Order: sequence, then structure tokens, then C-alpha cells
Amino acid sequence: MTLLLVILIPLLGAMLPPLMMRWGRGASAGSAILVTLAALGAWGSMVPAALRGEGATFKLPWIPALGLNLSLTLDGLALLFSGLILGIGLLVVLYAKDYLYKSDPMGRFFAYLLLFMGAMLGVVLSANLLLTVVFWELTSITSFLLIGFWGHRADARRGARMALTITGLGGLCFLGGALLLGHLAGTFEIAELTSLRDSTLSHGWYVPALVLILLGAFTKSAQFPFQFWLPQAMAAPTPVSSYLHSATMVKAGVFLIARLHPALGGSEVWFYLVGGVGLATLLVGAFLANLAYDLKGLLAYSTVSHLGLIVALLGIGTQYAVVAAIFHILNHALFKASLFMSAGIVDHQAGTRDLRSLGGLWRLLPFTAPLALIAAAAMAGLPPLNGFLSKELFLEQTLELPFAAGPWWLVPALATLGALLSMGYAVRFGVNTFLGPQPKTFPKPPIEPPWGMRIPVALLVAGCVAIGLLPDLLGAPIVELAAAASSYLEVEGVHFALWHGFTPALLMSGIAIVGGVGLWYLQRWFVPVFDQSIPLPSGERLFRATIAGLVDLSRSAKRAFHPGKLQTAIAWMILSVVLLVGSALLVKLPRWTPSPADIDPSLLGGVALLLLAIGAALYFHRRRAVSLAILGAVGLLLSMGFVYLSAPDLALTQLSVEVSTIVLMLLALHLLPAQSVKERVGLHHLRDGVLALGAAVVVGTLTWLLLIDPPTSATSAYYLAQSKPGGGGTNVVNVILVDFRGFDTFGEVIVLGIAALGVYAMLFGMGLPTRWTRPETPDESAYPLMLGVVARVLLPLALVVGIYLFLRGHNEPGGGFVAGLVFSAAIILQYLASGIGWTQHKMNIPFHPLIALGIFVAGLTGVIAIAFGQPFLRSWFEYYHVPILGEIELASAMAFDLGVTLTVVGGLLMVLVNLSKLPRSTSVRPLTLAEEED
Amino acid sequence: MNHLILAPILIPALSAVIVLLTARADLRLHRSLSLLAMLLSCSASIALAYSAFSGAPQVYAMGGWPPPHGIVFVLDRLSATMLVLLGVLGLAALLYASQGWDARGKNFHALFHFQIMGLNGAFLTGDLFNLFVCFEILLIASYGLLLHGGGQERLRAGLHYVILNLVGSAFFVIGLALVYGGSGTLNMAELARKLTVASPAEGVVLTAAGLMLLFVFSIKAAAVPLQFWLPAAYANAAAPVACLFAIMTKVGLYGILRIHGLVYGLDSPHIVRYAPFLLLVGGAVTLLVGAFGALGSRGLRELLAWLVISSVGTALLAIGLLGTEATAAALYYMVHSTLAAGAMFLLAELIREQRGSTGDLLRPGPNVTQPTLLGGLFLLGALTVAGLPPTSGFIGKAAVLASATHRPEVVATVYAVVLLGGLIGLVTLSRAGSVLFWNLGPSPDIQPRAAGVGRVLPVLLLFGLTLGMSAGGGPLLELMTGVAAQATDTSSYIDVVLRDSGGHR
Repeated sequence: MTLLLVILIPLLGAMLPPLMMRWGRGASAGSAILVTLAALGAWGSMVPAALRGEGATFKLPWIPALGLNLSLTLDGLALLFSGLILGIGLLVVLYAKDYLYKSDPMGRFFAYLLLFMGAMLGVVLSANLLLTVVFWELTSITSFLLIGFWGHRADARRGARMALTITGLGGLCFLGGALLLGHLAGTFEIAELTSLRDSTLSHGWYVPALVLILLGAFTKSAQFPFQFWLPQAMAAPTPVSSYLHSATMVKAGVFLIARLHPALGGSEVWFYLVGGVGLATLLVGAFLANLAYDLKGLLAYSTVSHLGLIVALLGIGTQYAVVAAIFHILNHALFKASLFMSAGIVDHQAGTRDLRSLGGLWRLLPFTAPLALIAAAAMAGLPPLNGFLSKELFLEQTLELPFAAGPWWLVPALATLGALLSMGYAVRFGVNTFLGPQPKTFPKPPIEPPWGMRIPVALLVAGCVAIGLLPDLLGAPIVELAAAASSYLEVEGVHFALWHGFTPALLMSGIAIVGGVGLWYLQRWFVPVFDQSIPLPSGERLFRATIAGLVDLSRSAKRAFHPGKLQTAIAWMILSVVLLVGSALLVKLPRWTPSPADIDPSLLGGVALLLLAIGAALYFHRRRAVSLAILGAVGLLLSMGFVYLSAPDLALTQLSVEVSTIVLMLLALHLLPAQSVKERVGLHHLRDGVLALGAAVVVGTLTWLLLIDPPTSATSAYYLAQSKPGGGGTNVVNVILVDFRGFDTFGEVIVLGIAALGVYAMLFGMGLPTRWTRPETPDESAYPLMLGVVARVLLPLALVVGIYLFLRGHNEPGGGFVAGLVFSAAIILQYLASGIGWTQHKMNIPFHPLIALGIFVAGLTGVIAIAFGQPFLRSWFEYYHVPILGEIELASAMAFDLGVTLTVVGGLLMVLVNLSKLPRSTSVRPLTLAEEED
Repeated sequence: MNHLILAPILIPALSAVIVLLTARADLRLHRSLSLLAMLLSCSASIALAYSAFSGAPQVYAMGGWPPPHGIVFVLDRLSATMLVLLGVLGLAALLYASQGWDARGKNFHALFHFQIMGLNGAFLTGDLFNLFVCFEILLIASYGLLLHGGGQERLRAGLHYVILNLVGSAFFVIGLALVYGGSGTLNMAELARKLTVASPAEGVVLTAAGLMLLFVFSIKAAAVPLQFWLPAAYANAAAPVACLFAIMTKVGLYGILRIHGLVYGLDSPHIVRYAPFLLLVGGAVTLLVGAFGALGSRGLRELLAWLVISSVGTALLAIGLLGTEATAAALYYMVHSTLAAGAMFLLAELIREQRGSTGDLLRPGPNVTQPTLLGGLFLLGALTVAGLPPTSGFIGKAAVLASATHRPEVVATVYAVVLLGGLIGLVTLSRAGSVLFWNLGPSPDIQPRAAGVGRVLPVLLLFGLTLGMSAGGGPLLELMTGVAAQATDTSSYIDVVLRDSGGHR
């Protein structure tokens, strides 16, 4: 539980500094310090047990289905790392308090920093690989916020995005690798993974899983060829760089390699991949550091190089290589944190960190300068400092590789070269900044910073010296513990000594030190050469070009394939459906079995007429009104077809629907010009033709398939049998509509109502001027007298017909829907004959409530059934004998049908009236369709 | 007979009717009524989910006509999941809309509730034609909602949306004709039963029908290359409408799960053998195209719309992986992406409003009035959408990837696609976030007003739910496994609907 607290205290405590800003910057910084101290205290309480090798553990299931548990452990490796994270974290908080400028929002800074600290602690304490991924990604995100802290600066934004992209890429690979590893091992618990090492190494997925996980580690630790994001991240405030690039963020990759070494290490792939990348990084980083002018850039490349050294050691993977790696992790954290802080002091106090404008700061910063020089010496690997010890161990290990890597001298020579380059840039850092001639002016006159910035440096440098002098006492125990947790081999009896005799490693060190000084001496000649005439391939530039190129590509691809044209969209749709359904037909189509057909010639004539009419509608498509009129004729032909096929209900419905829709569409033509724009003949016509043909073939084939094997449906038989006894009506079509499938009708009635509401809302939203006034009498000139008279005579007749159709519906062709259409048609006629204003004046029906009432009535008949303990929409009917009239049926279906009628009338009239209010297209063109210019 | 099953459609229908009957009344009355109704139908959905998760599917025969002859509602875990999801999403959208959007056009509350009704009906119905009717209700209401607020751009986007969806509806009807022609029924359970005994000739027709319906649902889901209706519609819709539309693509996914996963059986011979492969490939393409489309987007809402497409791709791909585990992952991902997209579209508007004339364009503009709040929420939302821990997006993605390990022949491709898509999403969102909140231009003379609690609350509600999905990921994934198991158990479904129908005549 205390383990969980160590993570939770910084994560939750991150809220404090912003809140404390109310009481000033001191309070904010103080709260950050307190939070860190609290976490440190919680951690400290567990250290004694951990040092005895009885580290605390914690486990809580989170997502068992994925094997993701909140399991934590404080083994040796975790102990070392969490100590560094908390210890250096505390110093960084202290340092930042004085470093941050007045304009910087301090509360936010400390919040990000504490969040990052919590995430980092999560990474190192996690005992479940998937949980490690979770915290891993959190470090990427929080470091994004930290690097982009000065977000108003372009370089900060770019650096932050690049860091997030590269480490995010690695994080995703890590996730993939972890999932593969978890699948092949059956667990994500790291302890169990370790015990399953042998079977893992022989599994077919070992290599892909390893490569993916290593990609995660390499990107995080800025290993070659991903090293370029790290110098860009130097746009961060220096405390951030100091923290992220010494003890934490970039060390996470190294940590992961160490953590998984016992579970995945020892194979040839591991050796060549990890060792090779590490060595390459060591050299590339050290080389580039020698060319850097930016103080922080130099340190960044040096970090890359040192991380490469550690990775190379982990790649070698022998007991002592692991010990050396762990030892160097500790040492590098100490000297690199202090160096970043010193660089920050220089930048903060002198206003520049360009090596060309610096020099001789020894006299101006008498406290900082010696500290920085000692730290630089540790970085260079000079005795008697800690860096010397671990570098010696490294050189020694390159002589005893577990697998062959070229001639015996190759790797040691390269390692010596790396050490030589390190010496070179360390001297460059120390001498060019603090010694040598002083430039005439500095952007700011440098003076020593507040103690808050100096003390952390001093403490860190003291650590470097102390470990260098007393390595066996201060370094060995913790290194042994951590190395034991990072190796699949036994690690015991670790001893360090400053003097260990004349060994080959000492010789290599000597060459490196002398050569490094020589290199520094030569730098004034070779650095400008690289600067001006030898263009180095820049991963950073490549990265930016790639992203910019992808963005451009996305835009041009969208212009080409997603142009916002209806034709393109519909072409893709038709193509998809033709391919999808057509392919199935090709695969599964039964053999062609022609059967003699008995075709009525009059039907053929009808079909020919229909095709002719459709062709004419297409031919006249540019003259919209003509085309629409022909479409009306097509509808009439269809209803005749229904009559021919003995479907009077359908014919009746089709007829009345046709009339109403054509009238409505004619009104809607107001919105469009009378003629559509002439189309350019082009390739897309060919495309459309092919697609249309394909669709026709597919749909035609399907229709044919249906016709040669007509369905036998139990449901049809059931409806025929149940229509009268169960539904109370002899007109099966109507009983289906109002009873068997009354719920569908209920829905469709609502659709009609919504359509009307939608049209109303749309026309309202277009904000068109209305030309509608409300005259008392019809305008004689606009509306012919004869039509008006006839229409008014027709009205009662049509209403009677409607009522008749409504009442007979249950047993004979008719019904509520048709009746509603007839009512509407009669009223529409009044509007056409006498004008909208006059008609509206005479017959003021509120349409919204009418539509709603219809839906309500239809729904109510259903709900009443529930009140009687029956299911929704259960119908009720009874036949009564009434004198004179004969047998009369009363049915709940009639009420339902009444609802249908009301909504139909309300909806149609609402659309009609509102469309009629529109101005002519000549006066306003509300909508221009881009497609028409295709 | 559990009449409560009707509540998710009758409550919205009734409230829409009352709003229309009192069309002249004060908007505040409509608001309270509308919110109350949404709260009630959401509660009903939760109550239904409670009973669905504790037992077998429940059948409700409309008009008492027994299946397969009448229309049935079938409440199972899958429908219950969708009902609850819609309930909370609708609640958030409506809360937001009630802060002023509803006054910017006509009939908002009526259209909104009809849309809810159509969606709930689509999730509940056990009848294919009725599914079509419900689709029509939800689509025609969505046309109205999409145009809500007026304006040229919205009208143009709306026109495309209407026409493309009408084409889809036309094919839906053709598909239904094929279903009825091949099987003589429209009842889903009966169709499932018929599929097992179909003659070869009927088999061809039914296979074609299945593929036709797959096409139709893919249009609704906005799978590439059928995504054309989505980006402009979502980018131009009013914020609460875009929020509600986050579930529209899931209707398509639901259709595929219901009809192809359950009725046809994706790995059964009743549909073509390569159907799961189609879903995998289609999902992969959709995922990548969506992410790539987001990368080049010039506005935040357009970017989010493309990411919605990408999330559909992930879910489709997971469905194509087959098996309970993958289906459960798909469901979890689907729920997560709906909530996240809903929240992001609301948030996008808050950001847009506070950036003055720059709006949601991704170029330097004035700082927002509430940088900490909106920046923090954007960060959280970006993490959720990009699938980074500790959000539900991460768990969803991890679950999809973990389920892919059971398919060694495709695992490499699936990993490459999902991880690449995630990376593009990450790049896209970090670019967007850094330009919106860091790359600041001069401040305007008049600082836009801060967003009130009423409009921030829905965003917080939705994000809170995604965080809950992450914290409670264990039990939730288990629950989804139960949903997936039931949603792939065809024979039990047939048994329950056809035998234990509750119809009586």
C-alpha cells in the first residue's frame, strides 16, 4: 500500500501547487517541495527492507481480462531508480523555484513536474508489463507538457511534438510487443515472465515481441537512429532538461531494457540488436556532441552517447556488464543532472548558452564553475570521480563479449574511440565555458544565482566525488542489488575499487584521455568544417519534412478522393454494392435453367411504355418541370401495373401518393432555376454508365432469382387465415397495415410527421423572405374563377369519398392512409385554385398539433390495450347489428387509422403551405449546387 | 410481458407529441419537459439493462401477434447496452442544447425525441422491416436536426447527408425484398432459423441479401469508401446534434453485429466465406483513412469527424476478428468512442466560441477565455481519442490488440494497422492541441464570454463516464464478454424468440 502511495502522492499532489498560487509563488513551490518530501518519506520507510532484499510488493487486479494488474514491486532495480527519481526530483524542484522567471506560471510548472514524477515512479515500480506501458505513456504525455511549457515559442512546441511523436511511436510499439509477449507467456507479471525465459526465447514470436519492445526502449532513450528528438527537447526550461535527461525520462528506456533483460536477454538477437544499437549510439552521440555550440545541445548529445554506453553494456549482458550498466546509470544521473543545472545557471545568469559567446566564467561564477568542472571531469571519466569507475568497467567488458563481433579488437577500439570523443566534448564544455578568454560582453552580466540553484548542484557533485572515492561503500551494495534484479545470471560479490592495477582498460582510458584533449585542441579547425561544408543527415529535418509531407498528402488525397461531390460519393457507393453483391453472385450463382415463360403481351406493352417514360424523364432532365411531369406519368403507369396485378390497395395508394408528391415537388422547384446547368461531357459519364450497367445486372439477376423461385411464406398464409378471425377485417392489406404490422405503420406515420416538421424547420432556417400576405378574397387575375368554383364544389364530394374510403378500409380497398391523401388532395386543390392566403384564411388549421394529434391517437390505441392487460397495439373489434344500416364493425384499428389520417393531412398540408410561401427562384437563389458544374 | 420494453420508444414519442401539441408554448416549458422525458427514458433503459443482464433475452410481441408473423421487440444484452449508451449520450446532448441551441431553430425538442425514439426502436426491434422503419425515423429526424440552426454550409452538408442516406435506404429496401423473397419472413429469429435449412437457390438470394444489408450498415457506419456523408455533416452540425450523432455510426455497427454477427453468423457458411475478411480489411482501411483524413484537416470539428471514421474502423476490424473476446473488445471500444466523440464535439464548440473569428480553424488565434479548463479537457479528450493511458481508449485498443493474438495469420497486419493509426492520431491531436492552446495570436478587443456551468457539465459528464470505463475496465470488459457471448449465440436466440415469444392469439 505504501508503494501505491509513493506513486499517488505526486500524482494527486500535483493539484496543490496551482491551488497554492493563490498564496504566492513561495507557497506554490513550498507545496511542491512538501509533496516530493512526502513521497520521499513514504519511499524511505520501505528502503531498509528493500536493502535486505525483502522489497515491498503490492497487487490489485484492474482488468483481469487483459491481465492488467496494479502490481508494484520495490526490488533492487526499482529501488535504485525510484531513489534517483525522488532524490534528483527534490533537487530539481528546489532549483526550479529560483530558476523560473516571474512570467512563468509556476503552479502549472510544478503540477506538470509532479505528474511526471508520479508517472516515472509508476514505470519503475510496476511489476506488470502492461502497467509499465500505462505509466510509460504517461511519462510521454507529461514530458510533452513539460517540454512545451514555453508554448509561445515555436521551438518549444516543435520539440514537444517531436518528443511526443517519437516516444509515442515507441510507446505504441512497446504496447504491441508487450501484448505479444504476454500472449506467448500467458502473463504480464514481470516476475513470472522472468521465470518463463527459456520457453519465451524459443517461441516463434520472441523476435517480433523483442523488436517491438526494444523500439519502445530505443525511442525513449534516444538511441540511434531516434536520437534526434532529444536535442530538440532542450527547448524546455532547464530544470526540466535536467530532470528528464539525467535521471528520468530517457532513462526509462534503459530501465526497460534492464528490467526485461532477465526475461528476454541472453539470445544472439538480443546481443547484436541491443549491443549494436548501443555502441552506434555511443559513437554518434559523442561525435555530434563535439560539434554542438549550444551548451544544452552538447549535454543532450552527451546524454545520448552515455545512454548508448549503458545500452551497449546491457546488450553484452554478462554479469559484470550488467553491474557496469547499473553503476553507470547511477553515475550518469548524478553528473548529468548537475551539468544541466550548471548549464542552466550559465544560461540564466549570462543570458546565452552559445559556446561561441561564452568563456572565462571562472572568475564571474566562482562557486558554480568548479562544481561544473568537476562534473564535466566525471562525465569525461577522469579519476578519482564516479564516471571514471563505470567507464573503466565498460572498457573492460568490451574485451569479453559473449558472442563474436568482428575481429577481437574492433569493439574495444570503437569503445575507446567513444571514450575519446567523450573526453573531447567534456573538455569543450568545461574549457570553452569557464576557462579561456572572457568575451567582451555577455547579454546579461553574469553573477552567481540564488543559493536555491547552487545547492542542488553542489549536492550532486558531492555525490560524484563521494562515490568516486568510496565506491565500494557507497556504490557497490545498491548496484549489486539492482544488478541482481536485472540479470538472469547470479550477481554476487560486487566490489569496486578506484585503483585496480595496470589493466588493458586502464590503457584504453589513457588513450581516450590523451586523445580527447588532442581532439579538443583540434576542434577550432574541424568543427567549422562540419558546420559549413559537410551537411550531416538530420533526422530532425527529415522528421519535419515527413510530417509536413503527410499533411499535404492528406489534403491532396482528400481533394482527389473526397471532394465533397455527390457524384463521387454515389459512384463509390454503387461500385461498392455492385462488387460486394456481384461477387457473391459470381461465387454462388446456380446454373442457368431457362424455363418457358408465359408472358402476357399487354404486360410487355406496359413495361415498354414505362421504360419509354423513364427515358423521356431522363432526356428532359434539364427542364425540371417537364421531367417532373413525366415522372408523374411513370407513377401512373406503375399504379396501372398494380391494378393489372390485382393489387387495388397498392394502386389506390400509389395514385394518391403520386398526385401529392408531384404537387409538392413542383412547389419545391421554386427553389431552383427552371433549367439545370448543362453538363460537360466527360469521362465521368463513362464511369457512370459502367456503374449503372453493373448495378442493373446485379439487381436484375437478383430479381430474376426471386422470380424463378417465388417464396413460400408461412407468414402470408397466416395473414390470409387470420385476417378476419384475428384482425376483424377482410381486407388483408389493411389488416396488415393497421394490425399485423401496425407498429410499422405507427413508425411510418411518425416518419411522415417528422418529414413535415423537418421541411418546416429547414425552410425557417433558410431565413427566406416570404411573399405571402393574407388577402380577404382570392386574387381573380391570378386564380381562374372556374377552377375556384369547381374546386369548392369538389371539396365536400372529395371529403365524402375520403370518409367512404376510410370507413370501408378494413374490409375493402381503402383505409386511413389513402383517405388522408384524398382529404389532402381536396384541400390542396383549394390552395391551388384560390391561393394560399385566401385558403389559409378560410381554413386555419394549426399543423403542428394536427400532426401530433394523429401520432397521439394512433399511439393511444396501442397504449389502451396495455391498460387492459394486453400487449401494445393489441386490436379489439366487435360487429354490431344496427337497424337500417345493417352490420357495423367497430374496431380499435379504426381509431388507429384515424390517427394515420390526421398525421397525413397535417404533414402534407404543412409542407405544402410552407413551400408555397417561398419566393420565386428568380428573386433569390438560396442554394447553388457545386455538383451541377461538374 | 414486460411493458417497460416500450418505454424507450413511447416516452420520447409522447414527449415529442406534447411538445408539438403545445407548439406555441414557452420554450422553457419544452425544455423542462424534454429533459424530464430524457431522464425518464434513460432511467428506463438502465432498468431494462439491469434485467437484460440478469437473464435471458425478453420478447415483446406487438399487438400480441406471435413471432414470426408479428413484429417483436427483443431485449437482450446487446440492445440494452446500446439503449443505455444512447440514454446517457442523449442526456448530455440535451443538457447542452438546452443552454441555447434549442432556440436557434424550430421544433428542436420534437425532432430530438423522435430521433431518440428511432434509435431506441432500432436497438430493440427483432424484425427486419421494423428495423428499416426505425432507421427511417432516426434518419428523417436527423435530417431535421442536422439543419438545425440554419446557414448555408449546414444546408449544403445536410443536402448531401440526406441524398446519400436516401440511396442507402433504397438499397435497404432492396435488401429486405431479398430477405423476404429468400426466406418468406422478416423476423430476425425466423430468418436465422431459415438460413440453416435454406435450399441452394434460396441460399444465393439470402447471401445476396446479407451482403446488401452489410453494404447498407456500412454506409451507416461510414466505413471507407462509404464515408462521404459523415465529415461535412458532423463538422457543420450544431454541437449538441454532432454530439448525439456520435451514435449514428454505431447504429451501423450495431446492425452488423445484430444481423451479420447473430442472425447470419459471420463465420457460418450462410454468408460468403470472406465476410469476416471483408470486415477486417474494410476496418483496417477505414481506420487508416480516417486517421489520415484527420491529419490534413483544417478545422477541429472536421478533424474529430475523421477520427470518428477511424474509430469505426477499429470497431469493424475487431468485429472481423471474430470470437467472443474480439467482439467484447469491439463493444467496449464502440461504447468508449461514442462517449468520447460526443464529449469532443461539445468541447470543440466551447473552444470555437472562445477563439473569436478564428473559430475552430487550426491556425494561431487568440487564447481561449478559459485556457486551463478547456486545455485540460482537450488534453483528456485527446488522450481518450488517441487511445493513450490511462483512458478508456487505451483499454479498448489494448483489448482489440490482445484479442488479435488468437489469430496468428493476421496478427501482424492488425498490429501494424492499429498502431500506425494510433500514431497518426497522436500526431494529429498533438498538432491540433499545440496550435489551439500554445500558438497564440493577439487577443481580441472583446474577450468572448466564458462557458457557463450548464455547458461544461455535459462535457464533464461524458468524460467522467469514459474515465469510469477505464477505472472499472475490469468488470466492464467482463460485462461486454457476456454481451458478446449472447450476441453470437444464434441458436439460443432462435429458441428464445420463437418459442418463448409471449405472443398469444
